[in-house]
Amino acid sequence: MAEKKKRLALVATKGTLDWAYPPFILASAAAAMDWEVGVFFTFYGLPLLNKEIDAKVSPLGNPAMPMKMPFGSEGFQNINWPMPNALMANIPGFEGMATGLMKKMFKNKGVATIEELREACVDMDVRLIGCQMTMDVFGFSKEDFIPEAEIAGAAAFLAYAAEAEVNMFV
Amino acid sequence: MAEVKTLDCSGMLCPMPVVKTRKALKAMEIGDVLEMLSTDPGSMPDMHAWAKQTGHELIEAKDEGDNVFRFTIKKTH
Repeated sequence: MAEKKKRLALVATKGTLDWAYPPFILASAAAAMDWEVGVFFTFYGLPLLNKEIDAKVSPLGNPAMPMKMPFGSEGFQNINWPMPNALMANIPGFEGMATGLMKKMFKNKGVATIEELREACVDMDVRLIGCQMTMDVFGFSKEDFIPEAEIAGAAAFLAYAAEAEVNMFV
Repeated sequence: MAEVKTLDCSGMLCPMPVVKTRKALKAMEIGDVLEMLSTDPGSMPDMHAWAKQTGHELIEAKDEGDNVFRFTIKKTH
C-alpha cells in the first residue's frame, strides 16, 4: 500500500517476567496490524535483548500481584493467596517458585512465552533497539544480544518516536 | 480461483490470534479467504480493529457460543 504506515514507539524499562510482557504484546500486535514498530530497551529492560531471556517475577513489594496456584480444582485455582512481604522475604527460593507458578499459569491459559513473542516481533521486522548508555553502565556488549538487536542512544530513538502516532513508556 | 485456508487459534490468547492471522495471510494471494477459529473472547474486538487497521476485509465475525469465534477474512492487498 502506498499510504504511510502507522508507527508505534515503545520504551521498555523493566526486566521482570510480568513486565516483559506488555512491550512484546503491544509490539507484536501493532506489527500484526502492519504498523512500523520500534522498541527501545533501556535500564532493566535491556536484558530482554539477551540471547537467553532469564526474566523472573517477584511478588515481594508487589501487593497487587495475585498469587494463584496453576493446578487443582477451578475453585482452588481461583483462590488469591495472601502473601505478606515479611513472609516472602524470609523464604529462600520464593521468587523462583513464584516465577515457576506464573510461567505454568500462563502456559495453562494459552499465553505465549516471552521468547515466542520476541520471535514473532523479529519475524515481523519490529526494530529492537538497545540503549547504548545502559550497555556501557551495566557492562553489556552487543554480542550478548540477539543478532537482530540494534544499538542507539536517546536522541536517535526520540527522532524515531517523533514520527510515531503512538508512543508508550513501559 | 480464490483459495480458502483455515487457521485454528483455539487455546491462544492475545496477541497470538492476530499475529498468526497476519502470518497466514502473508503467505496467501490477494482475493484468497482465511477462516480463523479462536476461543479468546478478546479476539472479537481485536479482529475488528485488526481489519480496520490493515484494510483486509472481515467478511464475517461470528460468535458461535461456548467461547468459539469464527472469522472469515479476505486478503485485499
